[in-house]
Amino acid sequence: MRKSSIAFWCGAAAFLAMVFLLTRTIGNEYPFFAGYVILQFIVLAVAWSILGGYAGYVNFGTSAFFGVGVYTAVLLLKAFAAPLLVQIVAAALAGSLLGLGVGLLTLRMRGIFFSIATIALAIIIETSVMNWRYVGGAAGIQLQRPPVMALFESYVKMLFFVQAMLAVVVIATTRAIQNSRIGRGLQALRDDELAAECTGVPTLRLKLLACVISGALISAGGAPAALYLQYANPESAFNLNYSVSVLAMSLIGGTAHWIGPVLGAILLGVTQQLLAVTISSEVNVLVLGITLVVFVVAAPKGILGLLELLPLRRRSRP
Amino acid sequence: MFSFDLLRDAVVLGVLLGCFYAAVSVGLSISFGLLDVPQVAHPAFLVLASYGVYLLNDSYDIDPLLGGILIMPVFFLLGIITYRIYYETFERRGSDAAVRGIAFFFGVVFIIEVMIILQFGVDQRSVSAPYIGKAWRLFDIRIPIRQLIAFAVALVLTVSLAAYLSKTFLGRAIRAVAQDEQGLRLMGANPIRIKQLAFGIATAVGGLAGALLIVVAPVEPTLDRVYIGRTFCIVVMAGLGSITGTLIAAIILGVAETIVLTMYGASWAPAISFALLLGVLAVRPQGLLGR
Amino acid sequence: MNHRNAFGWAAAIVLLGLALGARAEDRPIKIGMSMPQTGGLAGGGKASLLGIEIWRDDVNAKGGLLGRKVELVVYDDKSSSSETPAIYAKLLDVDKVDLLFAPYGTVPTAPIMPLVKQRGMLLVGNFSFQVNSKVHHDMWFNNAPWGPADSWATGFLALGQRAGGKTMALLSADQEFAQNLASTARDVAKRLGMPIVFDQTYPPSTAEFSGIIRALNAAKPDIVFVASYPPDSAAILRAVNEIGVGDNVKIFGGAMVGLQFAAVMENMGSLLNGVVNYNTWLPEPSMYYDGTKEFFEKYAKRAVAAKVDPLGYYLAPYGYAMGQMIAEAVNTTKSLDQKTLAKFIRENVHRTIVGPIAYAEDGEWKESATLEAQFRGVKDKNIEQFRSAGKQVILFPDRLKTGDLVFPFEAARN
Repeated sequence: MRKSSIAFWCGAAAFLAMVFLLTRTIGNEYPFFAGYVILQFIVLAVAWSILGGYAGYVNFGTSAFFGVGVYTAVLLLKAFAAPLLVQIVAAALAGSLLGLGVGLLTLRMRGIFFSIATIALAIIIETSVMNWRYVGGAAGIQLQRPPVMALFESYVKMLFFVQAMLAVVVIATTRAIQNSRIGRGLQALRDDELAAECTGVPTLRLKLLACVISGALISAGGAPAALYLQYANPESAFNLNYSVSVLAMSLIGGTAHWIGPVLGAILLGVTQQLLAVTISSEVNVLVLGITLVVFVVAAPKGILGLLELLPLRRRSRP
Repeated sequence: MFSFDLLRDAVVLGVLLGCFYAAVSVGLSISFGLLDVPQVAHPAFLVLASYGVYLLNDSYDIDPLLGGILIMPVFFLLGIITYRIYYETFERRGSDAAVRGIAFFFGVVFIIEVMIILQFGVDQRSVSAPYIGKAWRLFDIRIPIRQLIAFAVALVLTVSLAAYLSKTFLGRAIRAVAQDEQGLRLMGANPIRIKQLAFGIATAVGGLAGALLIVVAPVEPTLDRVYIGRTFCIVVMAGLGSITGTLIAAIILGVAETIVLTMYGASWAPAISFALLLGVLAVRPQGLLGR
Repeated sequence: MNHRNAFGWAAAIVLLGLALGARAEDRPIKIGMSMPQTGGLAGGGKASLLGIEIWRDDVNAKGGLLGRKVELVVYDDKSSSSETPAIYAKLLDVDKVDLLFAPYGTVPTAPIMPLVKQRGMLLVGNFSFQVNSKVHHDMWFNNAPWGPADSWATGFLALGQRAGGKTMALLSADQEFAQNLASTARDVAKRLGMPIVFDQTYPPSTAEFSGIIRALNAAKPDIVFVASYPPDSAAILRAVNEIGVGDNVKIFGGAMVGLQFAAVMENMGSLLNGVVNYNTWLPEPSMYYDGTKEFFEKYAKRAVAAKVDPLGYYLAPYGYAMGQMIAEAVNTTKSLDQKTLAKFIRENVHRTIVGPIAYAEDGEWKESATLEAQFRGVKDKNIEQFRSAGKQVILFPDRLKTGDLVFPFEAARN
């Protein structure tokens, strides 16, 4: 286990170094503008799989947590001109509180009731923000970027690097959960919740923990989006497309190991960016929907299952 | 601005709206309530139906209600095919098929939405008919005739469906398969074929309800999202599988929505059904008249 | 970690492709924009685009700008605010355009203001309302006759007051345009000492208005000021037609976008009668300038082929004027530098087919030229009737007036 940990952290450091190098060498902003979205989806998909993949609770509230992350950032920016790091941490806090609330309210429900309840929460939160004039209401709010730090030439490049760091944080957290008692407990309750309870697994506490961590990380991933677009409105920030995209990416990648959502996010994210640029943003959603249906019907274990990269899921690996 | 007149108006219109919501939800009562299929795509099918009715009205001048009846057989077939796919892929395999079943239907929702956008664009579409645009004066209240028509059709639909399920042989077989599949098999009936039939009926009813949807207000491709809230709210509040419960729950929702809209403004309207749904799930998950 | 390296290579390849593409000499001058070609604003967006295209063809026929052909790079923003930030980032970094035009309409334009300011680009606005009020971009020039922020609401409310109206109802969509306008309306009402007895906002996706109109009627207002976008404008008029608004209403309308699009006017027909609404150009003698008549002749021919708004009164001439203005700036300063062009536009009066344009500090016109006109005697399913005078009687401003307000509103509807 320790050898693979060293390998993981070396890889992470190399990744961040490479990202930083890219921001210094490539001049054009657009690859970073597009790449940010892909990194963001990696963060969201991996964070989602903590609850959705390991525990098996299909959480449709991703858009709620993402929107809460965006609007926490908006609120702090407008009220206190808070720096980006503060926005992200605050968003994570807000996300964890929301995760706790959502968990307490809905985790006693099973299957589709849980999923529908999470959609309900997402819409209610969206409607509340729509009625909140201070952050712009349904019309939205324009945001000004502060001047960028000395290390980076442009704000977009800096956000790209920040999102890369968040990706490392999220993957490290998920990896830690996967390899720990928490992860094994979650997998046990996913297989058979009743049996798990009978053998002493504290199912409710585990589910709540997963919900809180998952929520915090999704909201943290959403916080930089406010300054990335320099505009926020409830319809975009709370868009149900986030929920479906993230669900699709995780299921398509395969939920047994944290690499699955990463693969799914990169594959679908890159396809989306290419399609949006060359054809239209609609065809992009169509591809998402069709891929999701195809994989769910034909390849239930996702790409990981197809590639048979992993042995039976009970054994943990880096 | 409070006045008893306004409240009275809101209640009357809320009841009319509620019956319309019942028609829209009764298909889900069957597919989700009785058959336990996580049919989140039900509202998407409704919107698909409404676009079909729009096409018939726009190209051939066919009255929308007639159009709704005409597309019912198409949707019956669509329902059977959908159930077949769902059954073969998910119901048979068990275990984490539930998660994938839900994901499957969400995928279908998005596919339908996008195909509508690609074909028709994001604009609103509406139908024209002689009864759309006029209002009927009942004492002081002016009631748009399109809402009266939707109310009447919805009532007929709901009542006949309830009667079908309790009085006819096939109807009772559908209720039976929901309660005790093994028992039914032992009696010699094929539960899968019955479920298939039921799902087909549910989707066909959705087809007619889609026509009502476009009569009541213009439709646009993402309309299904707000109806996910309304239909599931009603079906859960009703108690899974009860048609009469669906009617009552729908009227409650219709009145609640209209009162909030009239008294507090339209900005909270989208959230009401979802809030009610959450409340019911948290407090009394078995609904009002559940099984 | 193969997939991460692969992404790095992909990015490098993209960059190489872009760099190679940018070498050619004597390339056209690219003007980039998004335009609502689908969605609620499409009826206007397509007409506006045709106006700009006619200008591009005229300019290219005369040799282009600075000896180079003008090329338009246009994307469809679907009338939505979520598409435009990515579209304009793409225009700047992938298509590498030289100049930017804003999309038609406030809602798609508001999100790109911070981006454009941060990139130091000049932006010629296309009919947005007060999108620069919080961003304060000094290179923003709105091509729309609104003028000072309060003038629109003042025009409408003053008409209502003159007809004896004492109380006001305000109905606005919850989006950037309507909210900007609604807040000016509240300021003007305060200044005129007019109490607001009904003030409600509705979500932009609302399709059914009978409940809202009922609540509005219960408040018994004299003046009803509505700020709405095309789908809601039509739905509101239909609800009013079904339920009515009460005999005390003297004047109804004000800022309903969409009632200027030919398709909507034809569709609504007699439902328009009595409504007092804003407009920017009507076929009245005082509205013809140098080149206006020729423009409309060209437009009328091309609109039929392009299946676009056949009248083209509302937006198309302004699209042409946007081009005229930028062409004058480029040709006179002989430069494409954003700051140089901005200075020229700020300091000069521009002669266009919609009249002379002069800009104030905030990028809006110094003087307002927004018309308020009342629909009279409109028949159903007849688009040609709008070409003749008398169907939209101009009530404001006084210097362009062709008639007086017929009130109360219910009487004027017949």
